[in-house]
Amino acid sequence: MSKFPEHIAIEKSHPTAVLDWHDRFGDRTLIVDGKQIVDVITLLRDSFGYNMLVDLTAVDYFPRRPRFEVVYHFLNVDSHARLRVKVQLEESHPHIASIISLYPIADWLEREAWDMFGIKFDGHTNMKRLLLYESFEGHPLRKDYPKTKRQPLIGPQN
Amino acid sequence: MSELIQSPMMDMSRSLSGQVVTTKFDKILGWARKYSLFQYPFVTACCGMEYMATACSHYDIDRFGAAFARFSPRQADVIWVVGTISHKIAPVLKTIYDQTADPKWVVSFGACASCGGPYDNYATVQGIDTIIPVDVYIAGCPPRPEAVLDGLLKLQDLIQNQKHDW
Amino acid sequence: MSNTDHLPTLDAAVPTYEPEFQQKEMLLNIGPAHPAMHGIIRIQTKLEGELIVESDVEIGYLHRAFEKSCEESTWNQAIIYTDRLNYVSAAINNVGYCMAVEKLLGIELPPRGQYIRTLLCEISRIGDHLTCVGASAMELGGFTVFLYMIKGREYCWELIEEYCGARVTTMATRVGGVPHDLPEGWLDKCLWVIKEVREILAECDILLTNNRIFVERMENVGLMPAEKAIAWGWTGPCLRGSGVAYDVRKDFPYLVYDQLDWEVPVGRRGDNLDRYLVRMEEMEQSCRIIEQCVAKIPGGPINCDNKRVTLPDKKDTYGNIEGLMNHFKLIMYGHGIRVPEGEVYFPVEGGNGELGFYIVSHPDEHSKDGCNDRAWRVRCRPPCLPMVACLPEIINDYMIADIVPTFGSVNMIGGELDR
Ligand code: SF4
Repeated sequence: MSKFPEHIAIEKSHPTAVLDWHDRFGDRTLIVDGKQIVDVITLLRDSFGYNMLVDLTAVDYFPRRPRFEVVYHFLNVDSHARLRVKVQLEESHPHIASIISLYPIADWLEREAWDMFGIKFDGHTNMKRLLLYESFEGHPLRKDYPKTKRQPLIGPQN
Repeated sequence: MSELIQSPMMDMSRSLSGQVVTTKFDKILGWARKYSLFQYPFVTACCGMEYMATACSHYDIDRFGAAFARFSPRQADVIWVVGTISHKIAPVLKTIYDQTADPKWVVSFGACASCGGPYDNYATVQGIDTIIPVDVYIAGCPPRPEAVLDGLLKLQDLIQNQKHDW
Repeated sequence: MSNTDHLPTLDAAVPTYEPEFQQKEMLLNIGPAHPAMHGIIRIQTKLEGELIVESDVEIGYLHRAFEKSCEESTWNQAIIYTDRLNYVSAAINNVGYCMAVEKLLGIELPPRGQYIRTLLCEISRIGDHLTCVGASAMELGGFTVFLYMIKGREYCWELIEEYCGARVTTMATRVGGVPHDLPEGWLDKCLWVIKEVREILAECDILLTNNRIFVERMENVGLMPAEKAIAWGWTGPCLRGSGVAYDVRKDFPYLVYDQLDWEVPVGRRGDNLDRYLVRMEEMEQSCRIIEQCVAKIPGGPINCDNKRVTLPDKKDTYGNIEGLMNHFKLIMYGHGIRVPEGEVYFPVEGGNGELGFYIVSHPDEHSKDGCNDRAWRVRCRPPCLPMVACLPEIINDYMIADIVPTFGSVNMIGGELDR
């Protein structure tokens, strides 16, 4: 399997950006250095026409290191190409640059990732919880959050 | 009227040749109230789909005197809690219960409202009876419209036979 | 005429009073428990008169931990949670999830199974669109339409119930197949339902499409240009209403959609009326798909022939030791379906747009074979989240009464929005 064109183009302008890649199950995937994520995504959007951010989410691979992965799914609506971009983050203070200026929908998706995994998106001006309430402590989709640990606003505790 | 006529004081009315019916005031109040239920559907989730189905022409909840959905708790008698109640919405439900004017009844519609249903996790209230009192529980995920109508009849029974404030 | 100059005038007695009308902006909170907000969502608006100048949307009132629950249940158990994502068209979610897992396992269904899934999907889609259009018509005063359309949905659900035993929460597929074959006479009933639905559509079309009240409230309200819709991640009928012919069934064909003849309707301006018209036309196209499926459905097996995935026939389970063992292995805790490590994203066309499942299989510390009997992570890409996130863009600068048709045309479904 040869490298796909996005990969080659990124390597040309940002030689250290792509750390790894695969296309298992036909899903083309790039693993990218977190510090250069905005540059990479700008390039993908402007030169390859990935005009839709289909999904942005995170995965917690506890106890593996690096622990977190932020996963972006892109779609080119005209040519129907899809691409997955992943960034790996360390456990202590996971943070990454926000892409809200490139795709407005990233606003809510990043807020959700913060809510569920506690990943900070630098440059996001409204980093509030999306689905849970402000007084909720912890981030429930982390593997070390017990499934039934309830934090009710009213009513009996557990 | 059959419930009224079965009242123990019925004998007297025979002497009045069917012109007068005597009963307890509680009974007649219950009879009047049970057939004019204004409902407040607190619809949150999938069970709402079956609530809709019950309210529409196929199953027609109107036949039982409970057609009129009022979306203001101040005008309602019955709160139908339809669907999953998460911890985030629980204070809202409590407020709505407090706002409803007496006399009021609560029907817990579906497994989620009754006990949390399939969701035993950090986000979901394990049964609304931990927050507000409940009169009738309807089982099912979601309950079939027939079960809903049965629940309504149970509620009407309850209203008929309970003590009323007046 | 008498002289009244010497009499005092009222002006002297009453100090001049210029009424001062409030010019201030007003905050108005709509929801979370509000009849026009189907499900529960909160919109805070800043009004200037009746004009909305600013708004903010808050969601999450129906968050019930779909993703966490899936991580803690086995591959097949998680299907029940997918039912409750978009509960109006549950079968599509089942299909999407199962196909994602099948992609990870590298298996494919035999043709009859695929046709059954297609039929279930399209029936659900009709039900979904009927509910959406009916509910938004009701909110604009067309209660008759609502009753008619719910009647149509009732027929669809009866079909689904006959197949899988439940009306709303279907659990209509399994990983590696479908639970059972079609009941006798089901296909004929399908055709009858299509006929009824078409009649209902024709009736409602007359009641709505030429109805001035309805059209004037929908037309040129909630405008969304195509470019912006794409940047906001819109998909499904809403994106097609803006004129982009993107449909997962056409562009990334799955099941048997590429073997059938049907079209993707698109709108022109991207207002509420276009979204409504697209939905109406899509129901017609779904009817066509169902007709062709009924005509073409082949015989043969319905489940893929892989003993490590599909449960054996009941007669084998009860009749011989191999069947019993096989069943036991697939059901027993800690065994189950072993899915190799990997990650997939699989999109299907849900009622509201691209419904994608991003599934990660990753062995945990107890695993000896590098596989796992449950998902490490199940992410559902909710189709209606982009539309709701974008809601301020399409309700700002319109009247407050326009929230109702706009919000109706977005078709928010709490289950998949908040998960
Ligand atoms: S009881 Fe079942 S159908 Fe009803 S809200 Fe809960 S999950 Fe949904």
